[in-house]
Amino acid sequence: MLKFLKKSSPSGTPGGSFPGPGTFAHGVHPPQQKELSSDAAIEIVPPPDKVILPLLQHVGGPCTPLVKPRQKVTFGEMIGKGDTLISASLHAPVNGVIQKMAVTTLPNGRHLQAIVIRSEGDQLSGQQLWDRMFAGPWPEKTYQCLDPAKITDAVHAAGIVGLGGAAFPTHVKIAPSDKKPIHTLIVNGCECEPYLTTDYRVMVEAADAVVAGTLLAARAVGADKTYIGIESNKLEAVDALRRRAAGAGVKLAVVRTKYPQGSEKHLIKAVLNREVPLGGLPADVGVAITNVATVTAVARSVMRGIPLTHRVISVTGGGIVQPKNLLVPIGITMGEVIRYCGGLRKTAARMIAGGPMMGFPFTNLQTPVTKGTSGITILTHEEIRRVDQRACIRCGRCVDACPMKLVPTKLAVASRFRDLNLARKYNIMACFECGSCAYVCPAGLQLVQHIRMGKALLAAEMKK
Amino acid sequence: MTDTSNKNPVVSVAPSPHVFSMEMTVPVMMRDVLIALVPVVATAIYFFRWYALRQLIICVLFCLAAEVVFTRMRRRSLSLGDLSAVVTGVILGLSLPATAPWYVGVISAVVAVGIGKIVFGGLGMNIFNPAMVGRAFVMIAFAGSMAASGYIDATSGIDMLSQATPLSAFKQFGTAVPLSSLLWGTTNGSLGETSALACLLGGIYLCVRRVAAWQIPAGILATVTVVGAVANLVNLHSQWTVVHHLLGGALLLGAFFIATDPVTSPVTAAGKWIFGIGIGALVMLLRLFSGYPEGVMFAVLLMNALTPLINRWTIPRPFGGV
Ligand code: SF4
Ligand code: SF4
Repeated sequence: MLKFLKKSSPSGTPGGSFPGPGTFAHGVHPPQQKELSSDAAIEIVPPPDKVILPLLQHVGGPCTPLVKPRQKVTFGEMIGKGDTLISASLHAPVNGVIQKMAVTTLPNGRHLQAIVIRSEGDQLSGQQLWDRMFAGPWPEKTYQCLDPAKITDAVHAAGIVGLGGAAFPTHVKIAPSDKKPIHTLIVNGCECEPYLTTDYRVMVEAADAVVAGTLLAARAVGADKTYIGIESNKLEAVDALRRRAAGAGVKLAVVRTKYPQGSEKHLIKAVLNREVPLGGLPADVGVAITNVATVTAVARSVMRGIPLTHRVISVTGGGIVQPKNLLVPIGITMGEVIRYCGGLRKTAARMIAGGPMMGFPFTNLQTPVTKGTSGITILTHEEIRRVDQRACIRCGRCVDACPMKLVPTKLAVASRFRDLNLARKYNIMACFECGSCAYVCPAGLQLVQHIRMGKALLAAEMKK
Repeated sequence: MTDTSNKNPVVSVAPSPHVFSMEMTVPVMMRDVLIALVPVVATAIYFFRWYALRQLIICVLFCLAAEVVFTRMRRRSLSLGDLSAVVTGVILGLSLPATAPWYVGVISAVVAVGIGKIVFGGLGMNIFNPAMVGRAFVMIAFAGSMAASGYIDATSGIDMLSQATPLSAFKQFGTAVPLSSLLWGTTNGSLGETSALACLLGGIYLCVRRVAAWQIPAGILATVTVVGAVANLVNLHSQWTVVHHLLGGALLLGAFFIATDPVTSPVTAAGKWIFGIGIGALVMLLRLFSGYPEGVMFAVLLMNALTPLINRWTIPRPFGGV
């Protein structure tokens, strides 16, 4: 009976057949604001005059530059090599000439060496570019005979990292391990950050590539079960994926819309009812998890030999003239993207790389789009209005909101008074800075900022 | 904040998150408490007339004045905007007898804000419920005005004021008032405690708005029910039934409006249950075995003192933790 209900469930409720409860405890419901850009089909941005490519766009070690100034490079050529295991190589997104190395500052505060390419000559662009990257056919019959190691090698060579924002090198995530065998692959299409519609558009417009990439990643990691997890507010994506996924043996898991459902651990909880142990990884419960846009890059690299040179981003928020979803070369500047979308409105008050819950603010329009940039959110004064700051009244709302079931008010106090023992006792390191606590706090406290500081202090102490 | 340049809007940076729920703020919470108190205040004024009005006005005015004076002295910024001093004043007034002389109101208000709140560092830092600190002080300092006989004034012209409060009447003479009087509030008692109906109405509003954590009143009422039922079974002839325990005295006022003060109660759900159950148990202990007819105030203050400990006992198991 329950199964039946689940299957025929209307919009807004979880559906599909999967063992998990379709949601997780705690969390918050910020206004989604997806409608600003959700119906805007992905546009292909013309190649810019120059691209700026920082040597570290991922979690791990930076890559070593392979090119010198004035050298000519062509689209897809490797220009930086990720030598260490946890690293990712870098490829030219345009045909052009290498310029002098530059130093750039990313929104997350990192100062980095960057390769600059000035575009020159003919460029792959427009519909042609889209067709090579996303359009079918994706002959899935061939996957089963592919050697799993070949898939991870291709992904490694293509410099693919998690495109959902974390930017962890994908070849590591989909590498099988003897110690921790993987039985299930979950492809994350939740996109729980308000405003952003990147993954949604990719699922709607490139469903075949998503399914192809899912099968390849599952083959690589040796998973015999595969789910694509989608929040219940993205029914068009569910429709786009349904037929193709069913034919390929990929299950759709429609989970409840709630922030932060797109967090890996919480998606695993919702789909499989398993809890990743504190401080552990999805592999500890036999799961590999990767994002929908990332698996399209996997399909592209394995089936067509194209490295990660472009990505889809949303440009949205009340402060941008025309919210859009765009296919852009990695390394294009934020300024160029904003100009393509008609520029900022006069009411614009904050520019954010990513979404409003976890994104990083920036002010420099020369900041490049990196592999991990899932969108640019431009908010107005009205949108960033916050509660006046007062003393904590210990109401416990932050406790009820925290998806990690922590006590944010205590963590913030411990951090402020640098009481690292107290911070540790309250599991400060489990906080992944999702912002749910600060979102609900009626005293307007900057909980995440305090906790971040406490985490940094504790991490520094543990290194000692 | 008008932006004069057409080209470059002023953009700011701040750490994430960048959006906030504006639904609930501290001033809104305090306003909700005041809204929830409307039925209680209304029945108090209806039954006790001028006596209620006078007590409430004195308490609110002197709480506000004390807040101003003490924050000035400590050179803290004033927090009158959050209405918390008004809430303290109203709850304090409602917890006093109608007949208490004017200086009892004044002194308890000054103690409530000055010692109950400001010396700890202001709203959010205090350990004890300020209104209960003020009330406890006058209860000890002016024992006569606050004791059972202090509630009675035969010359007032108000019927109820010539009777003993239901709890002390029972304690002294073993007679129980009809339940309907407890429900509507046609009995003597502290201003805000007589009408169970008014307390329930306001209390449920607070829980629905999630300004009060429902676990606290639930814990209190459940415990009082269980202990009261056991007491009934042990002493079958007692006229004071478990329902009398629930509706009589300061129980409902305390359960919904006093114990639920967020600052002085635990932050975790488990802690809130423990806190509520503890108050319920202490109230029954005092009511059944002590010389005092009522025990809500002491029960709340005692559990306030235990709150830091309860918080430490109830550190939740984190997601994925063991
Ligand atoms: S939500 Fe804010 S005011 Fe409430 S307990 Fe947490 S930090 Fe304190
Ligand atoms: S930011 Fe950290 S403490 Fe706050 S809700 Fe998220 S995980 Fe919990």
